[in-house]
Amino acid sequence: MEQTVALGGLTLKNPVLTASGTFGYGTEASAFGDVRFLGGIVVKGLSLEARPGNPGGRIAETPCGMLNSIGLENIGAGRFVREFLPRLPWQETPVVANIYAGDYDEFAELAAYLADQEGIAGLEVNISCPNVRAGGARFGQDPDMAAKACAAVREKAGDKPVILKLSPNVTDVTEIARAVEDAGADAVSLINTLSGMAVDIRTRRPVLGSVIGGLSGPAIKPVALQAVYRVCREVNIPVVGLGGITSAEDALEFILVGARAVQVGSASFADPQLPFSLVSRLEELCEELGIESWEEFRGRIETE
Amino acid sequence: MTTEEQKMTLHHDLKVLETESLDSGFHWLRLNPPSWSWQPGQFLMLRPREWSSDPFLPRPLSIADLDGEALSLFWHVVGKGTRKMTHLRSGDRVRVWGPLGRGFYFEPHMPVLLLAGGMGLAPFIGLIRHHPHPENLELIFGHREDLSSYPLAELSKRILTWSLQDRTPKDLAKLEKAMKVKIQGYSGDGRVLACGPRPFLSMVSRLSRENGARTQVCMETPMACGHGVCLGCSVPGAGGRTYQACVDGPVFSAEELALDQE
Ligand SMILES: Cc1cc2nc3c(=O)[nH]c(=O)nc-3n(C[C@H](O)[C@H](O)[C@H](O)COP(=O)(O)OP(=O)(O)OC[C@H]3O[C@@H](n4cnc5c(N)ncnc54)[C@H](O)[C@@H]3O)c2cc1C
Ligand SMILES: Cc1cc2nc3c(=O)[nH]c(=O)nc-3n(C[C@H](O)[C@H](O)[C@H](O)COP(=O)(O)O)c2cc1C
Ligand code: FES
Repeated sequence: MEQTVALGGLTLKNPVLTASGTFGYGTEASAFGDVRFLGGIVVKGLSLEARPGNPGGRIAETPCGMLNSIGLENIGAGRFVREFLPRLPWQETPVVANIYAGDYDEFAELAAYLADQEGIAGLEVNISCPNVRAGGARFGQDPDMAAKACAAVREKAGDKPVILKLSPNVTDVTEIARAVEDAGADAVSLINTLSGMAVDIRTRRPVLGSVIGGLSGPAIKPVALQAVYRVCREVNIPVVGLGGITSAEDALEFILVGARAVQVGSASFADPQLPFSLVSRLEELCEELGIESWEEFRGRIETE
Repeated sequence: MTTEEQKMTLHHDLKVLETESLDSGFHWLRLNPPSWSWQPGQFLMLRPREWSSDPFLPRPLSIADLDGEALSLFWHVVGKGTRKMTHLRSGDRVRVWGPLGRGFYFEPHMPVLLLAGGMGLAPFIGLIRHHPHPENLELIFGHREDLSSYPLAELSKRILTWSLQDRTPKDLAKLEKAMKVKIQGYSGDGRVLACGPRPFLSMVSRLSRENGARTQVCMETPMACGHGVCLGCSVPGAGGRTYQACVDGPVFSAEELALDQE
């Protein structure tokens, strides 16, 4: 079956992307597979300046998943563009830059800089980060703030598609999705990690240095599927589904509820070849299930 | 080796040849050996086939030894993953990827002092077994559990070893004193290689700085990916730098880190 999908102006040779923060800057996993076979890659969240991230314990395993509190450590957009982008096969596989900032101006400046780079195919905006101007409230938890962040990036992104990455830590994710669609988002991706915590009763301390972190992995898949299903029914822009995907079957579940493409996240820690093997396995599975085109299958969940 | 060949050798599905359980939660696993060239201090990520989604993450383990016969791993049960690994039986299959990270640097002719705290012995086992000039090696071993849990009798046949029990604050003071004297002795042309819990490495780093010894420490931070993509394994470096233990280490020169300030 023809695997190509269109995603807000991008053409992906298949619907499999890597999730931000689980695939480094794109070159580190080259021993496990060839990036050119992927639909696209989304790199670690970039900010204008390099950031050291959180001290103390940053990862903890939990039942069927994990918590992380990396604290958005990154080398900064400039160093990524100079040191990593030239080594990525961006002519063959779209490279999406995941970005975050502390206020709207910073989002705009970052978007302008990255959208200007030939090798960057699109921007994915992480709105789970705190807005320093608004007293640390998270952009992604307020429809107005989310829309403003989206508009700030959209205005400076030129002809590059802008994908808004939605947080599940909200009362109604469809409200945020509609707000960013109205603000000009070309697509949305969801879900980011769920807020979570782990403690040690012997030391009486939290396991993560930052106390609270983000939950990912198979444990969150039902939450993610539900969020993608609901958002797909509310917006007209393409939706990228992620959260706990560990197999081609999982990927098809997200597509069945309406996702245009999927991202593989923390499951690639358990199997670094997964993003690559998923591409061929997905093709086989489509054959097995007699799926003839994405249009015929996508969003065709029968709830009646 | 070409890049294509490296791809082929990094990720393996290996058969368990043999398992061995010792007292107080110590275990050996011997796997069908992959053809890796490796250095002591390098590690692998291991994930048994039947773990499905829980435990979710692979576990980092030092390459305790690797030769034509077997890839040997030596571990202590501390939690869910290391406990579940004890269920492995010969014939089972495990996924491993490695050898990962940067190992210890030393030349065969250099006098080398090995400092191991508990499970920190693991990366030194193969080093001691295969060193062409064992007379250049000496080991101080601080341990909590009984000596019979560790392969110390075997290692003592090849090199000079000093074992000190480390259970009480008084024991610790003794261990510190013994290490200090030895580190002083190796501060000229010698090298000091250390592996053990964080407070142990902090102590070694401080003693090395005070006595001008050239020391390398192996940092066993929790890891999720083991190959540089998650940034979960960061360790604070000197001068405000941050390193990733899995790719920049796990072995660092003591001056690169700021452990003695902990
Ligand atoms: C490079 C490297 C090499 C290692 N080599 C060996 C080895 O050869 N033999 C061996 O027995 N262990 C080794 N370890 C430690 C081993 O990886 C951990 O003990 C193991 O991951 C714990 O898993 P668990 O599920 O049993 O424990 P968890 O349930 O994950 O944790 C139980 C307890 O162990 C602690 N812990 C978790 N991860 C580590 C860690 N990486 N180091 C120390 N404590 C930890 C936790 O803080 C917690 O208190 C190595 C670690 C690294 C990073
Ligand atoms: C270690 C780690 C780091 C992450 N870093 C980022 C990031 O920088 N930006 C971002 O938008 N999402 C980040 N995420 C979230 C993932 O991209 C993804 O949304 C989430 O993990 C859910 O997918 P999964 O269950 O497949 O992992 C990170 C996740 C993990 C586990
Ligand atoms: S363990 Fe993932 S970056 Fe080091």
